[in-house]
Amino acid sequence: MDRQVTVTIDGRQTSVPADMTVLEAAATVGLHVPRLCYHPRLTPPAVCRLCVVEWEGARTLVPACVARVRDGAVIHTDSERVRRARRTILELLHSAVDLGEAPEILALGEAIGADPHRFADGERRAFPVYEDNPFYVRDYDKCVLCWRCVQACGDDMQFTYALSLGRRGFHTHIATFFGAPMPETTCVFCGNCVGVCPTGALKGLEEYLLEQGVPAERLWEEKQRFRPSAEA
Amino acid sequence: MAHAHEPDVSDILARWREHGRSGLLPCLIEAQERHGWLSPALCAQIGRALRVPLADVYGVASFYSLLYTEPVGRYVVRLCDDVTCYGHGSAPLADVCRAALGVEPGQTSPDGLVTFELHPCLGYCERAPCLMINAHVYGPLGAQGAQELLGRLRAGEPLPHTAHADPAPPPAFSLEGEGMLLARVGRVDPSSLADYEAHGGYLGLREALRRTPAQVVEAVKASGLTGRGGAAFPTGIKWESAARQPAEPKYVVCNADESEPGTFKDRLLMEADPFAVLEGMTIAAYAVGASRGYIYVRGEFHAAHRRLAGAVAAAREAGYLGERILGTDFTFDVELRRGAGAYVCGEETALFESIEGKRGMPRQKPPFPTEQGLFGRPTVINNVETLANVPLILARGPAWFRSTGPQQAPGPKLFCLSGAVARPGVYEATMNVALRELVERAIPREEIRAVLVGGAAGTFLAPDQLDTPATPDGLSTVGAALGSGALIVVGGSADMLAVVERITRFFAHESCGKCYPCQLGTYRQWEIVRRWQGGRRRPDDVERLHDVAHAMREASICGLGQTAANALLSALAWLNGPEKPEGTHGSAGDGDH
Ligand SMILES: Cc1cc2nc3c(=O)[nH]c(=O)nc-3n(C[C@H](O)[C@H](O)[C@H](O)COP(=O)(O)O)c2cc1C
Ligand code: SF4
Ligand code: SF4
Repeated sequence: MDRQVTVTIDGRQTSVPADMTVLEAAATVGLHVPRLCYHPRLTPPAVCRLCVVEWEGARTLVPACVARVRDGAVIHTDSERVRRARRTILELLHSAVDLGEAPEILALGEAIGADPHRFADGERRAFPVYEDNPFYVRDYDKCVLCWRCVQACGDDMQFTYALSLGRRGFHTHIATFFGAPMPETTCVFCGNCVGVCPTGALKGLEEYLLEQGVPAERLWEEKQRFRPSAEA
Repeated sequence: MAHAHEPDVSDILARWREHGRSGLLPCLIEAQERHGWLSPALCAQIGRALRVPLADVYGVASFYSLLYTEPVGRYVVRLCDDVTCYGHGSAPLADVCRAALGVEPGQTSPDGLVTFELHPCLGYCERAPCLMINAHVYGPLGAQGAQELLGRLRAGEPLPHTAHADPAPPPAFSLEGEGMLLARVGRVDPSSLADYEAHGGYLGLREALRRTPAQVVEAVKASGLTGRGGAAFPTGIKWESAARQPAEPKYVVCNADESEPGTFKDRLLMEADPFAVLEGMTIAAYAVGASRGYIYVRGEFHAAHRRLAGAVAAAREAGYLGERILGTDFTFDVELRRGAGAYVCGEETALFESIEGKRGMPRQKPPFPTEQGLFGRPTVINNVETLANVPLILARGPAWFRSTGPQQAPGPKLFCLSGAVARPGVYEATMNVALRELVERAIPREEIRAVLVGGAAGTFLAPDQLDTPATPDGLSTVGAALGSGALIVVGGSADMLAVVERITRFFAHESCGKCYPCQLGTYRQWEIVRRWQGGRRRPDDVERLHDVAHAMREASICGLGQTAANALLSALAWLNGPEKPEGTHGSAGDGDH
């Protein structure tokens, strides 16, 4: 598609290809729209809603990661209407999830003035840490449900389909078949999910063990504990 | 993980195998009906037969509230505890049930006989307070009736439902003489195609087939018919846009998921005039060039599903469905699908996902259904009541329809009256009717505190706001919208906070969890309201609720999140009494931007 359209983003006019997303168009004028679930190598699930922008004439805010530009569109990426929504979403996220190892999300929150304790009286999502294989651990207290691991395991990278979403609403979680340990699933331990996880919810076993204080010289020995055969 | 005593479901799998993934939900529903719950071994069998990854089978099974991935009792007792039933004493009735069953809500008796659940609106509001035992509805139930019924269940005695398999449809009243949409309701035998034909049935389809598809689209456009499923989108324009699409095949989907609390008009039509829905669908298919249709029926609507299944079979037999309909070269057939407990599946794109065998999570729009709908194909999706209007338009002419009721919103409209009224039921009127007239026809049982217009996604109106007409313009002057057509009357004796708690619980329970604002916001607003019930209020609570509402309304993917704070915000005006939360600034909502 070579057709060009003209859009105005935060007062700056730009001419871009008609099939561009608002996120990409904003980048052409040097604007970085905040984002969380978006990953350049994965299909944008458009679930975090942090990239929402104000599109003049639209009933609600629109997600910049998937909305395509249209000729004459006037877009605001940082209006108070946008900031209030983003700030609140980040505050809600803080209240449910351990973001301690998600520096980029923390920085987003700080930049927009999100109060990490604003909804601290609410229930947090809590799960055991799953140490069920010799390659990585899963600590879903840190999971923001960005879907990246599910997509990397599925259609976007590995075509292995070991992961899905389970339940719904606040209690949505990343699931295997009835919670089966990874070695009993179709997982091939490619590590793609660990590579795309933005929060430390998925972590290589060695890194995890070192953090737990296991001395480097005992790593190999410790890792044997996680071999499925050792459990049996 | 193979279990020795796994029941045989090979016949079920054989029936659905050729559907591939789209057969997933039907297989899960039918397998559970046989086995009681969906064990890992059952799910694995189903996944392998339909070639669905096992993680996804679990993802789908754990999504729907009527499906169980853990063992449940042989009987599942679901007591409706939503706004309407609450007004009819569901709270004390819950205590009666607990005592009679010896089971707490959410628990199963140790002997595996019974599971007891408090449930969001079951859609049988004319029978409030009501409960379901497996597929059977009981209500209205007093304490004594419930005790007796559940006592029998505990004692292993037969339950009375065997006497009347198909209970009576909800009471229906027309403010328009003989009725338009309701003209046949209660006057024909809904199982008889001959009776339907004798009362004007299939005249609309015959008229349609005498015209070109484009002329049928024109007629529906000229009628001014707007969608009755909540969004009031002009039906003719939707059809035109689907008709223009070059891609094939195209689909017509009937949205019969009716789950908005306080809404039961679609169930009335399905139970009492099912052929009208089929006729409307068939006309829609002819107009847009679709060869295949689906009706997605709410999982709790067992009688409606049976009625429709009978109607589809009879219509097929008589040549109203199938190949070369009425001797033309137009071919169209319909498949019935059942939901499994998810309000969000009434959202059109979530409904497509559900039919496709996925978790019922809405899609980001655009693309719109008319371009890429079911299976990525051009699709017209309409509400049951919308489709039931279509034969009337063809049979009596668009000019007649247009001249009925107000210009802006012509045609008959069904209103669902429930709550603190002596005559709950479905009321037919035109949209210039004043809300007060509807409420008075239903005979309030006590002083009115508020009327919840539009169900859980709606707005509370004060008694002095009821003189507005039910048109979109009229209702917008009081900050409301008709939505699904539910009017729940809240009586003076009701505790407004308890009512609001149920609404916020509903959204927390029904959020699909896809997008952050709704996944987290619906839960937090429910928590805050529950804390208020416990007398604990924070000075910044109202401000927090307004911010959550802003994020949900502005940034959610679908209408569920976008409307999840409406009723709560509109209720703040009532909650600002002596126990007024500090920091309250004003009453209802932020208004629309
Ligand atoms: C959360 C949610 C639930 C909905 N539930 C229903 C429903 O049960 N029945 C229905 O017809 N429309 C429902 N809708 C509206 C549909 O998305 C869609 O607009 C409608 O089926 C279109 O048909 P109509 O144009 O004939 O009204 C719902 C929308 C949302 C956002
Ligand atoms: S585990 Fe990581 S990648 Fe997967 S959804 Fe959670 S935060 Fe995203
Ligand atoms: S608004 Fe709620 S129901 Fe709709 S997609 Fe988002 S989480 Fe799901």
